[in-house]
Amino acid sequence: MAQLIKNGIVAVDPWKTLEINEGETAETVALPAGDLIVPLAVWQARQPELAGRERLGLLLQPDDQVETVAADLPRFAVIAVNFPKFVDGRGYSTAALLRQRYGYTGELRAVGNVLHDQLFFMKRVGFDSYALLDGKNAAYAIEAGFTAFSDAYQAATDEPQPHFRRRA
Amino acid sequence: MYKYDAIDRQLIAERVAQFRDQVRRWKSGELTDDEFRPLRLQNGLYIQRHAPMFRIAVPYAMLNSTQLRKLAFIARTYDRGYGHFTTRHNLQLNWPKIDDVPDMLAHLAEVDMHAIQTSGNCIRNVTTDQFAGVAADEIIDPRPLAEILRQWSTFHPEFAFLPRKFKIAISGTKEDRAVTWFHDIGLHLKVVDGQVGFTVIVGGGLGRTPIRGQVVRDFLPWQDILSYCEAILRVYNRFGRRDNAYKARIKILVQALGVEEFTRQVEAEWVHGKGGPATITQAEYDRVAAHFTAPAYETVGEVALPEDKAFQRWLERNTHPHKVAGYAAVTLSLKKHGIPPGDITSDQMDIVADLADRYSFGELRISHEQNIILADVRESDLYALWEQARAAGLATPNIGLLTGIICCPGGDFCDLANAKSIPIANAIQARFDNLDYLFDIGEIDLNISGCMNACGHHHVGHIGVLGVDKNDAEFYQVTLGGRQGNDAKLGKVIGPSFSAEEMPDVVEKIIQVYLENRHADERFIDTLDRIGIDPFKNRVYEGRAHGKAKAAQKEAA
Repeated sequence: MAQLIKNGIVAVDPWKTLEINEGETAETVALPAGDLIVPLAVWQARQPELAGRERLGLLLQPDDQVETVAADLPRFAVIAVNFPKFVDGRGYSTAALLRQRYGYTGELRAVGNVLHDQLFFMKRVGFDSYALLDGKNAAYAIEAGFTAFSDAYQAATDEPQPHFRRRA
Repeated sequence: MYKYDAIDRQLIAERVAQFRDQVRRWKSGELTDDEFRPLRLQNGLYIQRHAPMFRIAVPYAMLNSTQLRKLAFIARTYDRGYGHFTTRHNLQLNWPKIDDVPDMLAHLAEVDMHAIQTSGNCIRNVTTDQFAGVAADEIIDPRPLAEILRQWSTFHPEFAFLPRKFKIAISGTKEDRAVTWFHDIGLHLKVVDGQVGFTVIVGGGLGRTPIRGQVVRDFLPWQDILSYCEAILRVYNRFGRRDNAYKARIKILVQALGVEEFTRQVEAEWVHGKGGPATITQAEYDRVAAHFTAPAYETVGEVALPEDKAFQRWLERNTHPHKVAGYAAVTLSLKKHGIPPGDITSDQMDIVADLADRYSFGELRISHEQNIILADVRESDLYALWEQARAAGLATPNIGLLTGIICCPGGDFCDLANAKSIPIANAIQARFDNLDYLFDIGEIDLNISGCMNACGHHHVGHIGVLGVDKNDAEFYQVTLGGRQGNDAKLGKVIGPSFSAEEMPDVVEKIIQVYLENRHADERFIDTLDRIGIDPFKNRVYEGRAHGKAKAAQKEAA
């Protein structure tokens, strides 16, 4: 189990992420009750079934294109962006696009190989919850991971003006 | 040159603290080797053949004398008293201890220097022309925009984990001296209808798959460069290959999509960023440009320089035209015969710092040819400067000549290398040690890389030498006809590779063919273009069994 960092604390995670096991497909996998984060393929295949749910989450893989769900975004209370390896940086662009271009305002969660030293960048592009890898020091990540730098040169989701436009 | 202000200092101080903490967590086991690797790489720290290798950034080639003295101190205190300048303006130290690196970074931060993003799959040091600001053929000084790009690329949150490394070069002169056709993004500053902007070239690169870049946009107003680069980087970050490190550079994406489709995607992305907050304001440009104003040049009259032959030779090769009358730019050669090309000792660094203070307003630059430039020297000081540089072993008059070799550290130091490169450079220098002969041969670029990663830019040498591994033995492949500049192109392989011992003879034979065939005042590259590669090939392989003959020989054996 990952440790979910949200609002500066390790939070209880009400969400279950739907896994498609061997022998199952997006079309056939059972959809359990409760707060559920579903892969993009399940969302695309099972929209009528999922429509009745009060809250729904979406899981995006690095090669899932956010453009394909741009119109559906208000439907999701949480979008989890997976980092299968922390050196795969596609999720940063996914997050930036969700927040900056498509106006997604729900919870944006980094999942997968989420580590202390990437939290600063993740926060900047628009993540607001972080499933820190199990076994890592969550207290220290909360204390130091988000504040490695006190300012930044470029505009990003957390600061839409580059530093040069904020000079006195 | 650019002087740090509060935010610049704050960010590099925070970087030092961050890295110190990362080293601590790695040593205590909180960070695994795999987790630590990209973090140390983005601070210039490799684990190499003998020891870690530490690469310090020299942004767009500019240093002041205080910074160079600090580099001398660091090399002396934490390394073996020397460093190596690379083809991307950086300084490499070959023998540091990992435990010392946080302290080394702290020392660098004291003089507004760092090792940020000098390695790793991120946006690397922005490079430019070593004569920026003083070149007689300059259209626009590229340094203010290079600094603006440096700031933008530093800790860019979206582009810290790209598919592969990403290199940007800017040229502001008529003649491209920044190898812009062989960078991930190459930028040519120009003025069209009174408006300053860039030609944007994408997808060039040397390395394993050498490709000349292609023009993605013929004219981009300077204000839009950050938003346009973000569009390029976003397309690359999302769609560049990540399944194979050898196919992960942007050049492969551009080739796979075709330049038209790649351009279409970049332009479609840019629609969203164009005119947005990343647009550079005039106020910001002016603020940064104010750091690059001309120094207090004096009005100096004609000077008569001594006739001394050795001095005249140095003048011919190591001084360069300056836009201000009475001044010259000077190259201090780090290509003394017998020394690893690009290497400089701490003592020499201190001497160069003194020379910069005495003769060139306290500033200097590093060229991608791995030499040091004093950009603003009064002509009347040239003789005195030459004498002092010569005493320090920094006045070899071989800039642009055969022995002014570009060379990577190679198999003596580098883990990636297939073969040694420095001994080849030194053997060729020993063979051509006669200055009369060297001057008679004239202008020629000889570039040596110890492996296909091409840090020695062998593809764009008139003569290129590439170290290859054949059954665990070191061999050298030779290319001819490569060149940098506006007509940059890749050299052609002439045939089977050679052993290290053969290399001086091979180069000598190539030179002989040139000398026998050249017209008056014809440079090597011009003769080569006129007569083609075959006469060179025939001479080099004369008497050597190859092709069918070699196969027959093998069969007989």
